[in-house]
Amino acid sequence: MVMEIVCPAGTPAALRTAVQAGAHTIYCGFADETNARNFPGLNFSREEMAEGVAFAHAHGAKVLVAINTFPRAGAETLWHAAVADAEAAGADAVILADLGLLAHAARHHPGLRRHLSVQAAAANADAINFYGREFGVRRVVLPRVLSVSEIAAINAETGVETEVFVFGGLCVMAEGRCSLSSWATGESPNMNGVCSPASHVKYREEGGALSSTLGGFTINRVAAGKPAPYPTLCKGVFRAGTAEGHLFEDPVSLDAAALMPALRDAGVTALKIEGRQRSRAYVGQVVRAFRAAVDALEAGREVPSGLLTRLTEGGATTTGAYKKTWR
Amino acid sequence: MELTVGPNPFFWSADDWQSFYDRLAEAPVARVVLGELVCSKRLPFYAARLPAAVERLTAAGKTVALTSLALVTLPRERKATAELAEAGAEVEVNDLTALSHLPEGAGFTVGPLVNVYNEGTLAWLAARGATRICLPPELPLASVETLARAAAGHGVAIEVWGHGRAPLAISGRCYHARLHGRAKDNCLFACEDDPDGLEVRTLDDTAFLAMNGVQTLSAATLSAVHQVEALKAAGVASLRLSPQSQGFDEVCRIWHARLAGGMDGEAAAGALEALVPGGRLADGFLTGARGTDWSAGAPA
Repeated sequence: MVMEIVCPAGTPAALRTAVQAGAHTIYCGFADETNARNFPGLNFSREEMAEGVAFAHAHGAKVLVAINTFPRAGAETLWHAAVADAEAAGADAVILADLGLLAHAARHHPGLRRHLSVQAAAANADAINFYGREFGVRRVVLPRVLSVSEIAAINAETGVETEVFVFGGLCVMAEGRCSLSSWATGESPNMNGVCSPASHVKYREEGGALSSTLGGFTINRVAAGKPAPYPTLCKGVFRAGTAEGHLFEDPVSLDAAALMPALRDAGVTALKIEGRQRSRAYVGQVVRAFRAAVDALEAGREVPSGLLTRLTEGGATTTGAYKKTWR
Repeated sequence: MELTVGPNPFFWSADDWQSFYDRLAEAPVARVVLGELVCSKRLPFYAARLPAAVERLTAAGKTVALTSLALVTLPRERKATAELAEAGAEVEVNDLTALSHLPEGAGFTVGPLVNVYNEGTLAWLAARGATRICLPPELPLASVETLARAAAGHGVAIEVWGHGRAPLAISGRCYHARLHGRAKDNCLFACEDDPDGLEVRTLDDTAFLAMNGVQTLSAATLSAVHQVEALKAAGVASLRLSPQSQGFDEVCRIWHARLAGGMDGEAAAGALEALVPGGRLADGFLTGARGTDWSAGAPA
């Protein structure tokens, strides 16, 4: 089986680009707080979703709709409507994280395929099989806390398909279980679909240095004139004891392209690319590179290395938890 | 409203651990959750002392529950989680892995690290056997009120984070080990010198977070001391006090007085500020614009 390339699309144009660049599957969300990339100017109206699905289907690609924030108490109907509308648009599956929403979808939309979002943080075969049993989940997006050998062990113990992140932004905390952003800004991935939101970012020049602040907290400082990194909370510079540095994670992004053969051997069904907030051009380049890589792998050729380096943040990349020493 | 003492999130020596629970037997709290929440490598240091602690707390009239780990990945962690379900004690589920091992219909409680954000999730957990749910600290008061109303209809008791450094994140990576240039598998227990976590400051030297191995906590102590009346009115059954290494007996006494009406919010806050690591309280998740905000008793 060829590993499926699952690509992000923040806009209808990005969806078409990804499909034309050879993506097997596209994932996207509605333009509201029901999905974990609820950024201004991003995502799909109901009409755009139906058009996007039709376009993808006409080109032999699938569309997954992410409805992966945790519904707000008293406002669940917004999330229920998103599931119903995804089905009406012809989506091939919905990506869900919330127990209540999974139960709702299993009961009211039994014919709509259900994937478990990374936001559910199901990190072992017992938890994954539990979601399979209780809600008929067919695929799980694995949390970014597992090594390749652990992923292989999971696949040996479950019939639920696994999808893993291979490229793009990297959360160092278990997703769906992090409220660092709401601690500093009041807005979080779980509740609002945003992390370290731009609305709470300020850059300040003082004494020849440029500081980046999030929610008023200074978490980056560079010499004036140097490019200031975006103050994503877990990748900020902090102090503890006498140490100062990137105490949680360096400003790196994930590139596990070199691990593709190992991930295939580990029984992984699908490779996921992060970045619904990325430009159409970026999406096209990444998709083409990964499609070429899986095709090469399938044909028994070597996977070309380093072909994505210039697309990564500052060029610095990591294979994250896939290698045990990252921990 | 009752008081529940949550599981100790930190790594203490076995003697300190035992003496904490010995003293807690005398504290004015109704429930105690104990066991290892954060890191499975810590458990062997005090596992042999757990049964006696459970016995002592039970004999003192406390309801006792055992917590699951917050993040279960390794084979030994899965095994420990499965065994927890067979231990016979009430289980507090802090990762759904634990729920997968509990027999259908068996009662259990849900800890603050399970995402219960809405009525649908609450109803599903209640149908599965949940009798008590401690809500995630991130929730605003309006959500707490809605969920407490819904819980009443299911006969589920709602608990809210009352006191303690807030559990903000859990990771596969150990930050204490990273700080010491080590990997998690070879951590040499870098967290043992920080019995309340290690304070993490911003570049302006503002206390911001506290690292605790694979867990990231808030530097400020989350305190619902000014929201007691609002939470009571909402029908919240219990407040959770999360352990700290020093002065916890006094923390329990202050909270008991606060709930019993012998102390107002301002007096209790003042007394607690002097006792908490770092000396700062926050209640912004419940009533502020950001989690780190502190209302100082201003009306919500």
